[in-house]
Amino acid sequence: MIYTLLIVAYLVSSVLFILSLRGLSSQETARQGNVYGIIGMAIAVVATLTVPGIDLYAILVPALGIGAVVGWLMAARVAMTAMPELVALLHSFVGAAAVLVGYASYLDPGMYRGSSHGVFLGEVFVDVFIGGITFTGSVVAFLKLKGKVSGTPLLLPGRHMLNLGLLIGSIVLGVLYVQSGSPFADGTGAIATDGLIWLGAMTLLACVLGVHLVMAIGGADMPVVVSMLNSYSGWTAAAAGFMLSNDLLIVTGALVGSSGAILSYIMCRAMNRSIWNVIFGGFGTESSAPPKKAAEGAPGEVQETDVDGLLDELLGARDVVIVPGYGMAVARAQHAVNDLTQLLRDRGIRVRFAIHPVAGRLPGHMNVLLAEANVPYDIVLEMEEINDDLPKTCVSLVIGANDIVNPIALEEGSPISGMPVLEVWEGDRTVVFKRSRRTGYAGVDNPLFYHERTRMLFGDANDSVSALVAALRARAA
Amino acid sequence: MKVGIPKESHPGERRVAGTPDTVRKLIEYGFEVHVERGAGELASYPDPAYADAGATLVDGAEIWTGSDLILKVRAPKDLEIAAIKEGTHLISFVRPGQNEELVAKLAAKKLTAIAMDCVPRITRAQKMDALSSMANAAGYRAVIEAAQHYGGFFTGQITAAGRVPPTKVLVIGAGVAGLAAIGAARGLGAIVRAFDVREAVRDQVKSLGAEFLEVEIEESGEGGGGYAKVMSAEYIAAEMELFYEQAQEVDIVITTALIPGRPAPKLWETRAVEVMKPGSVVVDLAAEAGGNCELCVPGEIIDHNGVKILGLTDLPSRMANVTSQLYGTNLCHLLDDMGRAENYRIDLEDEVVRGAIVLHEGEKLWPPPKKEAPPPAEEKAEPAVEEKPAPAKVAEVTPPATPEKKGLGRGAFIGIGLALLWLGLRFGYDGTMTPPMEFLQHLTVFVLACFVGWQVIWSVSAALHTPLMAVTNAISGIIIVGGLLQAKGAWDSPSALLGGAAVLLATINIAGGFLVTQRMLKMFRK
Repeated sequence: MIYTLLIVAYLVSSVLFILSLRGLSSQETARQGNVYGIIGMAIAVVATLTVPGIDLYAILVPALGIGAVVGWLMAARVAMTAMPELVALLHSFVGAAAVLVGYASYLDPGMYRGSSHGVFLGEVFVDVFIGGITFTGSVVAFLKLKGKVSGTPLLLPGRHMLNLGLLIGSIVLGVLYVQSGSPFADGTGAIATDGLIWLGAMTLLACVLGVHLVMAIGGADMPVVVSMLNSYSGWTAAAAGFMLSNDLLIVTGALVGSSGAILSYIMCRAMNRSIWNVIFGGFGTESSAPPKKAAEGAPGEVQETDVDGLLDELLGARDVVIVPGYGMAVARAQHAVNDLTQLLRDRGIRVRFAIHPVAGRLPGHMNVLLAEANVPYDIVLEMEEINDDLPKTCVSLVIGANDIVNPIALEEGSPISGMPVLEVWEGDRTVVFKRSRRTGYAGVDNPLFYHERTRMLFGDANDSVSALVAALRARAA
Repeated sequence: MKVGIPKESHPGERRVAGTPDTVRKLIEYGFEVHVERGAGELASYPDPAYADAGATLVDGAEIWTGSDLILKVRAPKDLEIAAIKEGTHLISFVRPGQNEELVAKLAAKKLTAIAMDCVPRITRAQKMDALSSMANAAGYRAVIEAAQHYGGFFTGQITAAGRVPPTKVLVIGAGVAGLAAIGAARGLGAIVRAFDVREAVRDQVKSLGAEFLEVEIEESGEGGGGYAKVMSAEYIAAEMELFYEQAQEVDIVITTALIPGRPAPKLWETRAVEVMKPGSVVVDLAAEAGGNCELCVPGEIIDHNGVKILGLTDLPSRMANVTSQLYGTNLCHLLDDMGRAENYRIDLEDEVVRGAIVLHEGEKLWPPPKKEAPPPAEEKAEPAVEEKPAPAKVAEVTPPATPEKKGLGRGAFIGIGLALLWLGLRFGYDGTMTPPMEFLQHLTVFVLACFVGWQVIWSVSAALHTPLMAVTNAISGIIIVGGLLQAKGAWDSPSALLGGAAVLLATINIAGGFLVTQRMLKMFRK
């Protein structure tokens, strides 16, 4: 009877999870969607706790309690700009949990009641393998996003062979481990260690593979990596579902897995690259020569401007477009940008935001930051919506963006060729807020900075925009 | 490449296809520009100004024989066609739908002709949309002409000599011309009402400060390419009733309703004219297509019981100075897109060129192959206007995924499914010969769930991708169930300890994921 209830409860929470994702399809229903997700999760956990035999509250209560508090604190404290790191870190927890669950069920004598263990052991293998990749991959992604590890891709010689070797090695170890059968085969209750050793070695290889895969991907491709890891964390949950014969895990894992896969695909399409190119390419390496323009070595003259000069131009403009990039996120300038937007709008100047699909380090990153700063979302436009208007724009402000406004992308032979970009140089005036003269993540020089209609405003984006806001207020007074 | 700008020969036509400004731009594009003497005179662009801009002034005959590319406003007359040398390119208004005879004559000369009135109304081509440029001017001018024939103030006034009520203006058809008329009439201080069968323009009408009139029947008049379609008889009857009522109140009526390829709909019936106050004015912008007003005589101003009906067909030409500049700029944009002088070519792959080209070296290519979809309702579809429809902002709607790409994804899923199946069978047969039924059942659930996920996720809007990722991250904490299921038996068994650790990690993920999502979503506001 209790199992019937359990199945019903699992069904309800599966449906709630689907509704939760569905809810996120529009702004109006998004919060409701999140609530559905929370309810679904609560039902799943409570229902599982009622399964007969689950009684180790001495372990469960502290685990649940501490976990909830830690998670809550992490999420409550994180700055919106550090969101990508947090999401990556959370993915690594799912991966680690999946590995632990895999080991736990492998070492659970109760799992070996039937006569055929091959399927079960195979499922443990898949679960642990994907879990291991997710775990270490997410940790590396987290470190890269945090800046603890360099964003430049690590390109070992023969890295494709290395990946392939690791994969084949894992499979061979997996077969050995499956053949070693149940660890309780001798019937004494003692754990036979040979299978465990194969499994441990395989886990190690999966972890190395996870590290290597993500190390080889450049910082600019991080949005794709994060959504791919998101996908993996789903697949690993689904694998755990197979292992534990639990349909709720399978359904939920599949939902999350396909969601992450689609997001990665959307991201790749926005950069005009194939997913294989992102995963195995290493940014900008197909042309064995380093980016040509950068190699030419003789960049043109940049023309600088200052706050007062820029203010005059802004006040004389009818139409201003703001192109935010990761630099805005880093400088936490979104609030200052919103103040600037409001002041300009109060003066009857039309202000719009142009969001490139891969701006920032997460899909939709810029939208989240601007929403945080209360920028009305009806003036926040996507690249396709605004690109045709850019030639008519009086002033474009590029705040901490680089590759997504690089005209080189329209030419052949550069690492970012073919990626659609925001064509801000078509407008009357482009002002670039930039900290230094360094190149963007793609490591490509940007001719926009030397364009005759471009002015540079060097300095921290938040300082510059705040100075602009202060000057604007002073003039109004 | 020699570009020739002749003087327009149509009686009453004051516009010219290039101004000193646009000529300068063409020269910058690398063209050699010849302008016929006196071409811009009626538009207030004297010959010396063209010479200053760098154009060569030539006489009548030479412009036709000596040019590789001729820019004109109206299509050339028979005599002019006779003078053109074979193989010349021509860009002008052509109206290939109504002027088959003309097209045949041009074809006989092996001309390549591009019709500015056929430039497709897509976002990219808005800068070349000459119909909109002209419609804008016509709408404005319609109000000015009405004001001239109407004997009152537009703004209401209270003076020592008594009170003057404000003028009431009704605009029918809120396309580019209609909206321009609304703006101009509002600017003069009139009370403006507007009617359009397309619900989508309501906000545009309101944004200009006019009242949007409605017929109490549900029917959308959204047709293709930003035009209106033909409405049902019932609807039209209700519409006529509405107009009849309005006729008794309004002082000025400006009609701009046009349906492509058909005579203009008769919207302002004789009975409506007859109930209008003497001194009222009707301006019929659809006059060239037969007129929206039953009494309209194209090209003439008539007086019916004191109500003046203006069937003017040359409104853009009455503002020749500005309309020439606008038209000339549209031409510059088109030539810029076609590769300027050095790369000038007719690229039939280009959507704009393909849409606008009528003849290619004498071969008739019009009408272009159809591939239109009616614009989504919320797009800035514009309307129904005389020679001048509007730049429908038909943004290229990107479907969530093209079928083949979806197919690719499905293929991947099926591939993964088959691989798992194979693995399962392979290992399933390892110990015993019983087929692993349970595994297959789970596989079914898994594959179906993948499909559900695939379908659901495509509808998520791009702005919500980060919250989506956070929420899926939280949901993937469902792995907690796996940990919970191990928390049984002896507390110090390895599986229980590992399970407990998994529960800890998964809980962090769940709590963190949902809270972060909540925080993010809180920030979205309109």
